[in-house]
This record gives sequence, structure tokens and C-alpha cells, in this order.
Amino acid sequence: MTFRVHVRVMPRAGLLDPQGQAVEHALGALGFREAAAVRVGRAIELDVAAASRDEAEARARQMCDKLLANPVIEDYIVDVEED
Amino acid sequence: MQRVAVVRFPGSNCDLDALRAAERVGSEAYFVWHRDTDLRGADVVILPGGFSYGDYLRAGAIARFSPIMQAVGRHAAEGGAVIGICNGFQILCEAGLLPGALARNAGLRFVSRPVDLIVERTDTAFTNRLVRGERLRLPVAHGEGRYVAGRRTLDELEAEDRVVLRYAGGSGEPGGNPNGSDRNIAGVCNPAGTVVGIMPHPERAADPVNGSTDGARFFESMAAWAGRTLAGRR
Repeated sequence: MTFRVHVRVMPRAGLLDPQGQAVEHALGALGFREAAAVRVGRAIELDVAAASRDEAEARARQMCDKLLANPVIEDYIVDVEED
Repeated sequence: MQRVAVVRFPGSNCDLDALRAAERVGSEAYFVWHRDTDLRGADVVILPGGFSYGDYLRAGAIARFSPIMQAVGRHAAEGGAVIGICNGFQILCEAGLLPGALARNAGLRFVSRPVDLIVERTDTAFTNRLVRGERLRLPVAHGEGRYVAGRRTLDELEAEDRVVLRYAGGSGEPGGNPNGSDRNIAGVCNPAGTVVGIMPHPERAADPVNGSTDGARFFESMAAWAGRTLAGRR
């Protein structure tokens, strides 16, 4: 089976996120003053061939640990689509 | 005469400057390609600056899996000298040969200008001709140069005397920290001082025509280290 996997890589909590700050500032300047705590990360989508949903998620996590995210500065979230 | 391998990745752009700076101190310097698997008897490896693999994903993230990096890892484990300059420093951190990571500059801008630095450690393979506490001026040119590490790692680095260079001033001071690096760190090394990573570019300040020769002293240090190490082996 093939599973569509969505990976979100985000700057680690507590780490300075200058991109998030800049976007928050820009949103405020455009009148969106209700926007706060903006963080900017990266989204990666991929197909993963696996026997089960759990296996697809486990493999995607290995990909994150090895390449897709840098644990010193980033956290990641893995979502596997149903079907 | 020391053999110096300069690794070329697709997107390296300080490779020739590094080669020339190594030659100027009497090295037999040559390029190796990122797909090579052999360092051809190198005593010293230079990972030069540039934008390997277009900095895709994260600076250095893809380069660290190049075939040549396995050989660089073995060379480092055997006590060989390695210096990563700018993108090379990013690659060494991604490869886990040095701790920490280089994140996007705090000011979000690519910074290309001279900075003032304080020399913190002088028994490494690349700084043994420098004096502890002295000030240097070297150019930086990077968008991802903010040195970040966990607090425990930073404390360990300080306790083990593994900060090699620090920006001479804090963020916002003229000539000071250009990127928001933790504790103004501009370069670190492994415990033995044989693997060194720095954001500034000594190879761009290694010839009088560059306006400064402060950078040449990193290469003179490299030659001195290699001379001692090679003499010890014979």
C-alpha cells in the first residue's frame, strides 16, 4: 500500500524564530492585530510504500530523524493520510 | 610537505581560494569531488564555503551524506585535521562531527562584511599560530550563521575550552555578532582541536591584495600542525 505522509518541521519551542517574528510584524502592519505567536516552519509531503499505516509512520519518523529535521533546532510532526 | 584535500561539492564557491591559501603555506593541495570516496592520503581536509546542494532543506543537510563525507569522518576519527569554513562548518555540524547547528541569521539578512573576532583557543590544528585573546578581523558571508546549541552543550563547550573564536562584540555593536549566535560563538572544535568549524572566511584574508592577512595565520597554523604531526609519524 502507499500512504500519503505529511511532515511538518517547526523551529523548536523556545528557539528564536526570526521569520515568525517578521511575519507577525507584517500581519500586524496589515491590520491583523489578533495574530500572535507566529512560527514559520516547513511542510514536506511524500508517498511512502508500506504494509501498514503504522509502518509508514515509523519509516517517516526515521526519515525525519536522519534527514528531514535537525533535532538541535527543529521539532517535527508526522501525519499519515487514511487509505 | 602536508597534503591538503579541498572538498568540492556542487555549489562550493570558496574552494579555489582555500586551495590557494593552502598552497601559499607550502602545501600540496588538491581538489576532491563530493562523489569521491578516497581523500588520497590527505593530512588535512578543508570543507570550503559556498552553497552545497543549493542549501536545500538546510545548509549542509544534504552534503553531509555525500560519499566523501564518510572518508572525512574516518579521517577525523583517526586524528586527521579538518576545517569547515562557513558552509563547511554547517556541514560538520549536520554530520555530527561538531555539536550544535547553524540557524537562520537573527536579522534574516545575508550578512557580508568584516567582523572583529577574539581568539579563544590556540592549541588547535588551525589556530596554533594565534595568541589567546588577540583580535582578528575577517570577512563573514552567510545567511545561516547563527550558532545554536542547547544550554548543556554550550556549557560543556565552554568548560572544555572548545570555543575557538568569538565575535568581539555583541549583537548590534559595530563589527560585533552579525547573526545572533549563542554566546557570540563564531567557531568551535572537537576536544582534541583537530576538527574545527568557523563561520568567518580566513581564505578571503590570506593575501595582502585582500586588505588583510589575518586569515593566512590559520593556514600557517595548519602547516605547523602538519609539520609536527608528520615528523611524529616518521
